[in-house]
Amino acid sequence: MQYKSQAVAKPYFIAAIGLFLGQILFGLIMGLQYVIGDFLFPLIPFNVARMVHTNLLIVWLLFGFMGAAYYMIPEESETELFSPKLALALFWIFLVAGALTIVGYLAVPYATLAELTGNDILETMGREFLEQPLVTKIGIVIVALAFLFNITMTVLKGRKTSITVVLLLGLWGLAIFFLFSFYNPTNLVMDKFYWWWTVHLWVEGVWELILGALLAFVLIKVTGVDREVIEKWLYVIITLSLVTGLIGTGHHYYWIGTPEYWQWWGSVFSALEPIPFFAMTVFAFNMVNRRRREHPNKAATLWALGTGVMAFLGAGVWGFLHTLAPVNYYTHGTQITAAHGHMAFYGAYAMVVLCIISYAMPILRGRAANSNKAQVVEMWSFWLMTIAIVFITLFLTAAGILQVWLQRVSDTPLPFMVVQDKVALFYWMREWTGVVFLIGLVLYIASFFIKGEEKAA
Amino acid sequence: MEANVTLPLQKPVARHLPGDLAIWFFIAAELLAFCVFFAAYAFTRAKHVELFNAEQLTLDRNAGALNTILLLTASYFVVRAVQAAEAGLKDKVAPWLAAGFLCGSGFVAVKVTEYADKLGAGITLSTSPFYMFYLSLTFFHFMHVLLGLVILAILWFHARRGNYGPDNATAMNNLHSGASYWHMVDLVWIILFPLVYVLR
Repeated sequence: MQYKSQAVAKPYFIAAIGLFLGQILFGLIMGLQYVIGDFLFPLIPFNVARMVHTNLLIVWLLFGFMGAAYYMIPEESETELFSPKLALALFWIFLVAGALTIVGYLAVPYATLAELTGNDILETMGREFLEQPLVTKIGIVIVALAFLFNITMTVLKGRKTSITVVLLLGLWGLAIFFLFSFYNPTNLVMDKFYWWWTVHLWVEGVWELILGALLAFVLIKVTGVDREVIEKWLYVIITLSLVTGLIGTGHHYYWIGTPEYWQWWGSVFSALEPIPFFAMTVFAFNMVNRRRREHPNKAATLWALGTGVMAFLGAGVWGFLHTLAPVNYYTHGTQITAAHGHMAFYGAYAMVVLCIISYAMPILRGRAANSNKAQVVEMWSFWLMTIAIVFITLFLTAAGILQVWLQRVSDTPLPFMVVQDKVALFYWMREWTGVVFLIGLVLYIASFFIKGEEKAA
Repeated sequence: MEANVTLPLQKPVARHLPGDLAIWFFIAAELLAFCVFFAAYAFTRAKHVELFNAEQLTLDRNAGALNTILLLTASYFVVRAVQAAEAGLKDKVAPWLAAGFLCGSGFVAVKVTEYADKLGAGITLSTSPFYMFYLSLTFFHFMHVLLGLVILAILWFHARRGNYGPDNATAMNNLHSGASYWHMVDLVWIILFPLVYVLR
């Protein structure tokens, strides 16, 4: 660790992994509820389990991004963090607020939670992924602004690199687009229209900048390739991500009541969204092949390469599968979407956060890399989780194809619930694969506690 | 690496892309985007041939032809700028780039009057499939012209400082990359103009 203040990243990373575990547990609960409808009812209804599963995902990734920023920014800027105390205070505020929100979801009915937290003052709740109570939303904005203030001040007083510029752009974009979660027009079309400005412009817009910056940072560190080469590719990748991703928002505007031209705009531009992901994969492998040093942390390199490949498959290929309007007419809102969502989030965002944790955590604990034994276990966890997510995606895709066929394409379409029963076999297989994923995650956590001979930092 | 010394009679042909590989990756992606749009246009036109033929007549072909000349001339000037830089005539680079920039700006001016005319007539993206494509395709291209102009302006700024010459490989790489991008903008228009304005 070159700068003392980088140490604030550590609690963020630990919290991220803890919440990740929570996300997977709730994923398994709701996965089971798909086939055993009254499992844990009325204690944890399906809608609550789903809300916790998706919200925890977002929150742990945010913890990961913030931890990554606190680790990377001092090193890139070649100066101590503007205020490590503020960073630590924000950590506890965010963690407690997040935990209280989850407790709120689980302890009282959602409508009661809305009443208790002043949803009548400004109605923002009740929308997928943006279910957080008003106070939590305001809290998120305050934490985000204070966080951005802290890292921006650090960048301003130190060296400016392309990586910090791209990272800051992504993080500021993240905060700005979250503001649309406060805008809830009564017109349902307008509501959905702007809802995507948070949801889509996060994951297919500004988050991709964060992803690019994190990946570029780790690649510079583990390969020793010239910064200039990596930065050039970073710029090409983020420009392509933005051009395709921003206008690609149109692929959510096909059937919500917006003008017809969105079917063309959305189809054409979102169809090109795989290109930046493909570039990222080529870029990662290229840099590793041209490496100028053998970094002792092999596990981090594996995560970096894995991110490129899985993001391309999950976000790129599985996104393309159903992004064209004539296809999407049949597939929207089916298990095809769920299949894409699982692999895209894992490949693009979960893996890149695990990648930076894998690279930074040993250094934060005073060594260049973990022992060989620990790394072997970590690599096992990589393969278990990655293969599990591939199969979860394949099973959900199979369920989705069957669902589309029976429920929408067929001359004698069947009702939703009848179809759900018919695809139950795939839900069972998905659940078992989910258990394998959990085992992978437990191994990942265990790898932190494995001792052995380590190389000094 | 350079082990091919066994073929002395074969003239070494310098076969490499001018400029940076990264810009070519970008150009290829851009061309792909336009290709998809052109294919979509052709596909939709096949379904509404009469509508497309009728509404195509409302476009100002003369303005389109003038813009074609402006873009081609701009590209010629950019070529002259690159040639001047390669020949070491450093003080000639900036004026040629400025001339290219002026022609590009002329394109923007003409296009803006065309848009003003169409929007003034109450035409929007929702008017008809033809106008949807006309506005989308030309506007997407228009944005590329604007980006190209920004790039030319940056190149001009550096050219005025005498940065481009055979003695500076990195700067020449940047000049070639920027010029390649500008030619791409030109190339797309050469297909777009006949396709949308003329072909029936």
